[in-house]
Amino acid sequence: MELTRRPELPVRPAPDTIAVSRGGDPWITTKLDFLVNWGRANSLWPMPFGTACCAIEFMATAASKFDLARFGMERMGFSPRQSDVLICAGRVPFKLAPVLRRIWQQMPQPKWAISMGACASTGGMFDNYAVVQGIDTIIPVDVYVPGCPPRPEALLYGIMMLQQQIKTERMRDKTLRDEMEPDPSSKLYIPPDLIDELSEPFGNSVHQTRSAP
Amino acid sequence: MSDGFAVVYPGTGTSAEPATPRHVPNRGGAENPSAAALRKRFPGAVKRVDVVWGETNVEIAGSRAEEIVRWLHDDPSQSYEYLSDVTAVEHRDPSLPIEVVWHLRSLKFRRFLRLKALLPKGKPLEVPSVWPVFRSADWLERECYDMFGIRFTGHPDLRRILLWEQYKEGFPLRKDFPLRGRFSRSEQLRQALAANPEARYSMEELSVADAFEELPVDVRTRLKGGERTGE
Repeated sequence: MELTRRPELPVRPAPDTIAVSRGGDPWITTKLDFLVNWGRANSLWPMPFGTACCAIEFMATAASKFDLARFGMERMGFSPRQSDVLICAGRVPFKLAPVLRRIWQQMPQPKWAISMGACASTGGMFDNYAVVQGIDTIIPVDVYVPGCPPRPEALLYGIMMLQQQIKTERMRDKTLRDEMEPDPSSKLYIPPDLIDELSEPFGNSVHQTRSAP
Repeated sequence: MSDGFAVVYPGTGTSAEPATPRHVPNRGGAENPSAAALRKRFPGAVKRVDVVWGETNVEIAGSRAEEIVRWLHDDPSQSYEYLSDVTAVEHRDPSLPIEVVWHLRSLKFRRFLRLKALLPKGKPLEVPSVWPVFRSADWLERECYDMFGIRFTGHPDLRRILLWEQYKEGFPLRKDFPLRGRFSRSEQLRQALAANPEARYSMEELSVADAFEELPVDVRTRLKGGERTGE
């Protein structure tokens, strides 16, 4: 299966070259990349996809004590069409997999995804027949936040990491906004044998395999 | 009050017995009077009665479940108005039969009764549905069918309820079902992603909701054509 992959770009520090007029007519010069990325990184509108206990921590992050609004994220986009960051908080059962995929496809570019918590990132303790073993098999993920559930500080750190990533994006990179096309027959982003290898038995349930009677 | 029922508010009871009985034996003790009534009314169908932790279990013939539940619901001397659960039990020993369990509660007489029907392995797992008596059995029986594969004959709409309708791997709470399912992860994911997230509702559900006229035209034409699950 052909996978579209972003080319590895050298990470460059965010250009801070900025010139401002001193007196007279106001003017400003800077790099367009810097200006656009600065605007994008500081006005991310999250699309909360909360399915479990991680969503409680997400709500705490958005509430007044941790105050997500400090990062320009006070506007929750409960419609995927008006949001930039999908925050998947909690386990995703297989029944919800096509829903999550469709929500991701409904979000307009530019868009990013944060996988919050152990279950969304890897399936966590739910190594069973009903739970997706990591949402990166359904949608491309930019930042994984570990924890069960992660504390609000951890989510904020993940969001700041995402902001750092956004600030290094370059418009010259034409592939940046390319949508990853799933394989038309399997509808998977990742080759099937790789998914099976990633979800090899481990942990408490190694004694029970698919070949059990 | 009439027929011997009086409201007792918490803390105002005059009985010497505490509201929650204590030191209840594991086996034995006072039997729910409904068990004796059932023995008298359905002599062949009641196979065994035992009292476990103060609760009465009545083992009945599965084929007469609907009849028995209807009598328990309708008869004024029993008046079990509330069906709190329909579920099933499979034991680890594969030779033991699968049990279908009904939890009935009489609010009027403050009684709790557990009915069990044993379904031996190797035969079709079928019991009559109690949906004609209790409408609340609808989703409970669907869930029991979804997880254990027990067919409730007479149920109006016996479909999967927790898993999606095209689920092909079997019945997950059965002991012969592997924890991770029968298919590989990629195959499970492929099948899940192939499902249409909008195809969750049957025609019946939509018409009951009276939402049919408000649906988009294309959905209406699809449903009129008899499409049920949109596979």
